[in-house]
Amino acid sequence: MRTISKSVRIVASLLASALREIFDESAYRRFLVREQLANSRESYARFCRERVHSISNRPRCC
Amino acid sequence: MNKAISITVWSAVVILGMAAFLAVAVRRGEPINALWLVIVATCCYAIGYRFYSKFISAKILALDALRATPAERLENGRDFVVTNKWVVFGHHFAAIAGPGPLVGPVLAAQFGYLPGTLWILVGAVLGGCVQDFVILLLSVRRDGKSLTEMARDETGRVGGFVAYAAVIAILIILLAVVALIVVNALKSSPWGTFTIAMTIPIALLMGIYLRRVRPGKVLEASTLGFLLVMLAIVGGRWISQNPHLAGIFTLSATTLALLIILYGFAASALPVWLLLAPRDYLSTFVKLGTIALLALGIGFLRPTLHMPAFTRFIDGTGPVFAGKIFPFVFITIACGAVSGFHSLISSGTTPKLIAHETETRLVGYGAMLAESAVAVMAIIAASVLQPGVYFAINSPAGIVGEAPQTAATTISSWGFPVTASEMESLARSVGEEKLFNRTGGAPAFAVGMANIFSRSLGGQALMAIWYHFAIMFEALFILTVLDAGTRVARFMLQDAFRHLYPPLGRTSWYPSIFFTSGLVVALWGYFLWQGVKDPLGGFNSLWPLFGIANQLLATVALCVATTIIIKMHRAKYALVTFLPLAWLVSVTFTASWHKIFDPAPRIGFLAQARLLAAGPASPANARLIFNNRLDAVVTAVLILMVSVVVIESTRVWVGVLLGTRESRVNESPFVATKLAVQERA
Repeated sequence: MRTISKSVRIVASLLASALREIFDESAYRRFLVREQLANSRESYARFCRERVHSISNRPRCC
Repeated sequence: MNKAISITVWSAVVILGMAAFLAVAVRRGEPINALWLVIVATCCYAIGYRFYSKFISAKILALDALRATPAERLENGRDFVVTNKWVVFGHHFAAIAGPGPLVGPVLAAQFGYLPGTLWILVGAVLGGCVQDFVILLLSVRRDGKSLTEMARDETGRVGGFVAYAAVIAILIILLAVVALIVVNALKSSPWGTFTIAMTIPIALLMGIYLRRVRPGKVLEASTLGFLLVMLAIVGGRWISQNPHLAGIFTLSATTLALLIILYGFAASALPVWLLLAPRDYLSTFVKLGTIALLALGIGFLRPTLHMPAFTRFIDGTGPVFAGKIFPFVFITIACGAVSGFHSLISSGTTPKLIAHETETRLVGYGAMLAESAVAVMAIIAASVLQPGVYFAINSPAGIVGEAPQTAATTISSWGFPVTASEMESLARSVGEEKLFNRTGGAPAFAVGMANIFSRSLGGQALMAIWYHFAIMFEALFILTVLDAGTRVARFMLQDAFRHLYPPLGRTSWYPSIFFTSGLVVALWGYFLWQGVKDPLGGFNSLWPLFGIANQLLATVALCVATTIIIKMHRAKYALVTFLPLAWLVSVTFTASWHKIFDPAPRIGFLAQARLLAAGPASPANARLIFNNRLDAVVTAVLILMVSVVVIESTRVWVGVLLGTRESRVNESPFVATKLAVQERA
């Protein structure tokens, strides 16, 4: 029973990590750590400016 | 003991797969359960992943767990980031899964469920997955270089230039085709048009919410966006029932085409954070959820397939698109089995996230298997419909007639009974005025999906909601492909034009933005307009053109892969990429030959132009003649470009094998990984 609940927790945490990565939340967190900034409108605007090229250059497949 | 268990388990998988395959392939004249297809697919994928991808990993690519990847060596917290393999898998799958594997199999179902399913399975396991996996690993070993850079380094400048031109060409045709799918799904549909129109202000709202209210909370904003979209779906019903408002949102194909062209231009020129990024997040959110829901629906419901294994249209006389089973089933399925476009993702963002070389197998090979599973679900969704209903939705007015009675009589005369009243009642149940002549695959897929969903959840009462949910789901991420594709093509043009006039290369200079965005939109807009005006529905000419372009890009990717494998002194294993390459060359070149020179006017562009020229002269006719000749020229240019890459690659292979050419590969030098030590610690 404990093994099952541990496996469920691992799967749930992996799923959450995947979603945070796909939706760029992790990228924003890394940006805040790298630039030693707190979360704010200005910080997010800076992050968006930095990411603009990689986001807009990211093709979406057919 | 472990080995004995492994042998027993895998023998059972092989036997189960073969038994299910026999059930699917041999049974004729009676409907079969979709579960058989699911079992065949699962066994094929399991065997392909366990044995074939392992063989490629060990014998050809020699994946090295001790070699540091670019994510580790060049980590910068931005593009190069060491990431968990399952997270990269999700990221890669979200990027490669687009509308193609949903639409292609639905169109290919006109041949019956069997040909399409077989190609989806065989093509993916032996071709598409191999391409994605090999290109991903090769890019990882080259600091995450793109396909065009690898083509230039390994096959010469000509290869690099052609790969670059092929990417732009495929993008333009892809954008036109996906825009046409949206137009056909929304024409004369106030409910659908309202829902999709509402996704634009919802995306703008999400952009502002993310920037001003809750910075960086993307999952939260996407959940909010999703709830608002669901509200828009429910509100759409009210709009469609209000005579005045329904009139405003009931648009013709030409009006919708113009609006989409304007939208494409605006989306390309607007700041990324305002529209593109939020819509992209919302679309990915909906896409992942819906695909999971569809898989669960098929698993629980185990629907019966009403489409026969083969239809009479394997002879090339199909109403959905013209052309015989060979080569057109392969061109039509496209992304569900092999997609050249994936090689751009495999050599784009993904290689910069891989932590260990050994993970490329799961991400490259595994994610393509998942995409192939989506294609199998699409063919199931199309095949659960009664064949008469399927052909009534997917046949253009130019073939079956516009009047419901005429169309129903024509389709019934093919051996697929359907009545006008049956279609009218189906249209009413999904909240549409009519379902005849709704070409493009999206409405048929939406009806099939609504059928599966409503039988699992909510019953007939929710059929209309599920139908419009499916239409919203398809249109939402098609518009995302349109936004992102227009912008990527704009950047590529800006990059090329900077050699002619340097300021045009500045991506934030407005005259350059307007000029290049306008050019890209004009190019795909032209093909879209041509499709909308085509009396045969547009898909007859545009989808094969898209399929050919996509498979030609895969040909370029497999040429690069084969060249590198031969240069790595593993020529005896080069068949692994050479055989899919040879198959794609034969398929695409044959299809191109038919599309250009076939004497049947519904297949050959030139024959169609000749037929039109023999008819009465009119401005509309003159335009159709020009369009057909243009399509023939585009196909010929694509084939010519890829022929050059194939010839250049062959010269390199022969030179290396005869020892007259240096066989140096352009890999980054080996650096031992420190991650394994850190992870152990």
